[in-house]
Amino acid sequence: MYYSKLIFLQAALLATAAMCFGRQEPANTAGQSATKQAGAEEVTNTAALEGSKQDPAAVERGAKAFASNCAGCHGPAARGGPGAPDLVRSLLVLDDEKGILIAPVIRNGRPDQGMPKLGLTEQQISDIVAWLHLQTYTAGHRTTYMFQDIVTGDAKKGEAYFNGAGKCSTCHSATGDLAGIGKKYEPLSLQSRWLQPREVRGRRTRRGSGKESSGAVPTVTVTLASGQSFSGKLDHIDDFVVSLRDAQGDFHSFSLDGANPPRVQVRDPLQAHMDMLGKYTDADIHNVTAYLVTLK
Amino acid sequence: MNMRRHLFSVFLFVLPVALIGQGLDPAALRKQPPDSWPTYNGDYSGRRFSELKQINSSNVHQMSLAWAARYTADNPGSRVQIKSTPLLVNGILYFTSPNNVWAVDVRTGHELWHYEYPPNTGSTIGNRGVGMYENWLYFETPDSHLVSLDAKTGKERWKVEIADPKLDYTSTVAPVIVGNHVIVGIGGDHLDNPGFLQSRDPETGALQWKWWTTPRKGEPGIETWPDEYAAAHGTGQTWIPGTYDPELNLYYLGTGNPNPVMADKSRKGDNLFTCSIVALNPDTGKLVWYYQVSPHDVHDWDAVETPILIDGVIDGKPRKLLAQASRNGLFFLLDRTNGKHILTKPFIDTLNWTKGFNATGQPIPDPKKFPSTDGVLVSPASGGATNWPAPSFDPNTGLFYVGAHESYSMFYLTDTDDRPQGWAGVDRSAGGTGSALLAIDYKTGNIAWRHDWPSGNAVVSMLSTAGNLLFTSNGNNLIAFNPANGKILWHAGLTGSPSAGPITYMVDGKQYVLVCAGDTLFSFTVNEPGK
Repeated sequence: MYYSKLIFLQAALLATAAMCFGRQEPANTAGQSATKQAGAEEVTNTAALEGSKQDPAAVERGAKAFASNCAGCHGPAARGGPGAPDLVRSLLVLDDEKGILIAPVIRNGRPDQGMPKLGLTEQQISDIVAWLHLQTYTAGHRTTYMFQDIVTGDAKKGEAYFNGAGKCSTCHSATGDLAGIGKKYEPLSLQSRWLQPREVRGRRTRRGSGKESSGAVPTVTVTLASGQSFSGKLDHIDDFVVSLRDAQGDFHSFSLDGANPPRVQVRDPLQAHMDMLGKYTDADIHNVTAYLVTLK
Repeated sequence: MNMRRHLFSVFLFVLPVALIGQGLDPAALRKQPPDSWPTYNGDYSGRRFSELKQINSSNVHQMSLAWAARYTADNPGSRVQIKSTPLLVNGILYFTSPNNVWAVDVRTGHELWHYEYPPNTGSTIGNRGVGMYENWLYFETPDSHLVSLDAKTGKERWKVEIADPKLDYTSTVAPVIVGNHVIVGIGGDHLDNPGFLQSRDPETGALQWKWWTTPRKGEPGIETWPDEYAAAHGTGQTWIPGTYDPELNLYYLGTGNPNPVMADKSRKGDNLFTCSIVALNPDTGKLVWYYQVSPHDVHDWDAVETPILIDGVIDGKPRKLLAQASRNGLFFLLDRTNGKHILTKPFIDTLNWTKGFNATGQPIPDPKKFPSTDGVLVSPASGGATNWPAPSFDPNTGLFYVGAHESYSMFYLTDTDDRPQGWAGVDRSAGGTGSALLAIDYKTGNIAWRHDWPSGNAVVSMLSTAGNLLFTSNGNNLIAFNPANGKILWHAGLTGSPSAGPITYMVDGKQYVLVCAGDTLFSFTVNEPGK
C-alpha cells in the first residue's frame, strides 16, 4: 500500500495529552492574555475562583486583609519571605478545611516562632482563610493559570515573513480569509490556532465529524487494482482499512490487506502547517502573531 | 496432555519452591516460569520478552480468539479502564483499574472475585496493576494507600497510607516485590510535593525504608539546588515500576520531572535526582549510582520510562547494560554495574531543545527553549517523544522497541514570581509530524527499522517473543510484527484501544497472548486441529 504523505491525526494529540501524567484536563481555560501581578492586587482569576468554590466577596476582603496584615512577612503572594514560611506549600494550609487548622494560628499567633497575635476579627480571619485556599487551588490547577502578554513580536517583520519565507500568503490573505482575525480571537488563542489550526487547546475534533474549520479535513483517493478510484473526505485510516465519504455523502471503506491492495493517496490541507514546525524560529512565531493581531 | 505433563515436570524440576498454595514465591521472580506473568514486566529485566515460541512467525496468521470477557465496577462514576498489566500466577489472572482489583480464571475470564476500594477523591487517571508476594497482593489506591489483599479471596488484609492525598499525590504504580520488600512508588506534580520511593514489609505494610528522590541537608546532590527548601519541594516522582538485577542486587528506577515544572527561577542547577536513572540497594534504599538524563528539566519530561536491563556485547566484551528511551527524545545506554555512560542518541528527528552533549553524554539544555511568557516552540511536546507505555527488548534481534511521537508544543511561562509554584506554566500542542514504532539497535542507537502509523497513534506498549514476534497495537488493532524487519504478520480489531501491555504464557501446553482494551480482556491462541 502507498501513502502519498503520512499524516498525523488528532488521535496522536489526544494520546499525548492523556500521556502527560496528571494532565487529563485541557490546558487553560480562559484563553485570555492578562497582565498578571502575583499577589493581592492581581487581576481576578475567575476560573480559579469558580473552581476553588470560595466566596468571591470573602476572597476580595481576604486579599486586602492579607496584604495589610500578613504580606509583610509572608510575601505579597503568601509564598514566604525572610523568616516567614511559604503558606501556599504549607502542610497546615493544604490540610485545612474551612479554617479549622488555620484560624487558631492566625487568632493566637505563634509567638514561639516569631509570629505575633494580630488581633484580627473572626470575619477577617475567615476571609484570609478563603483567600489562602484560593492561592493553593490556583497553584495546583494549571487550567486556571493566567497568561501574560504574549504579543511581543514585531508586526512589520511578521508581515514580511507572512508574505515571504513563511509562505503563509500561498494559501491565506490578510484581506481575504484572515480579514478581521485579530478581532475574532484573543492573541493567545490566535497564536495557538495559526500554528496548528486542527488542534486547538488540546481538544480533539474527530476527523470528518464536520467540527473542524472548513477545508481542513484531509481528503483521500483510493485507487483499486482495477483502476477504479474513489475520492472524498477521509473518514478513517490505519494499516488495514481506509474509509471515506464521497461528494454525494456516500460512505466507502476498503481493506488494505491482500495481494493487490488499493493505492491510497491522502492529501492534508494542513500539511504545510506541519511542514513548517521545524522551520519557524520563536521570533518568527511572535512576529507573525503580532502581525495577525493587527488584522482587525 | 503429554505436553502438559512434560511442562509441569520441567516446572517442578526447575522451580521446586515456586508453589505456595496458589501463591508466588519471590524466588520465582528471578526466572519467570513459562506458565506465569508474575510481575509488571513479566520478569525483573523489564524486557517484556518471552522465551515462548509455540506461537511464532510461521503460525501467527492462524491466531484467533480464545475468549473475551468484560468487567464492570459499581463505584459511581468509574468506567472501567484496565490500564494494568495483568499478573498470571497458578492459572489466575490479577488485574486492576483505579479502585478495583479482579481475579479471573485464565482459561475463561470467569471472575473469581472483585475487590472494590471505597469511593475517594484521589485521581483515577490509571492503575498499572498489582504486585504479588506468596499469597498476598499489593495495590495502590487513588488516595495514596497501599492495600494488601488475600489472593485467594480478595479480602483486604490491611491498608497503610503511603502519602498525604491532600498534597495532590497520585498513586498508580504497580508495586514490585524484591525479596521481602514491597517497593512502592508515587506520582503527582501539581503542588511541588516531595518525591520518594518506599519499601514496605509484605506482612505488615510497615515502612522498611524511604528514599527521597531529591537530596536533603548534607546529602550528595544538594549542591545541584539553590537551597534545601527548593530541593525538598523539587518533586521527582516515581510512577513507573523499576527493574532489578539479582546478581548486583540493584533496583533501577527512572525518576520524574523537577518542580515547579516549567519555571526554574527558584531551582537553578541540575536538580538531582530528578529526571534520572538511579540504582538503589533494595535492602537499604541507599543510592548506589545515578545518571541524569535531563539535567535541569523545564518541559515535564519525566524520565520514568522503563530502564531495560540488557545482557549484551559491546566492543566484543559481554556487558551488563541498561537502556532507556527517554521522554525527552533521547536513547541512553549505560553500564548498569556503575552507571557509566556508553551511548546517547536522539530517536526523533524533530528534537530541538539541546545545545549538544557533555563529556558523559548528558544533554545540555538550550535556555532559549525554556518556557517563556510569549511561548517557545519545542519538540517533543510535554507528553514526550515517548511515555509510560512499556517498551520491549528482544535479545534475539538485539533491538529495543518503543513507540515514539514527533510532537511539538508551545511552552508558556505563566508564573514569573521569584517563588513560582506548581506547574507555573502551560504548554499548548502545536501538532507534529508523525508517530511511529521504532526498532532501535541497542549498540548504536540507530533505528534499524521503523513503522510509521498512517493515522498517528498513542505511544503503546510492546511485547516481544522468541517466536520471532513483536506484539503491539495501533488504534483498536492488536498487531504482530516480524521483530527483525517490521513486516506486519497478523492483526485483530478489538472493541477499543489496547490500554496496557500484552502478555503471553502457557496454559495446558498451549501458548496464549492476552491484552486489555478498555473494560475487556482478550485472550488469543493458535488452535491446531487434532491437538
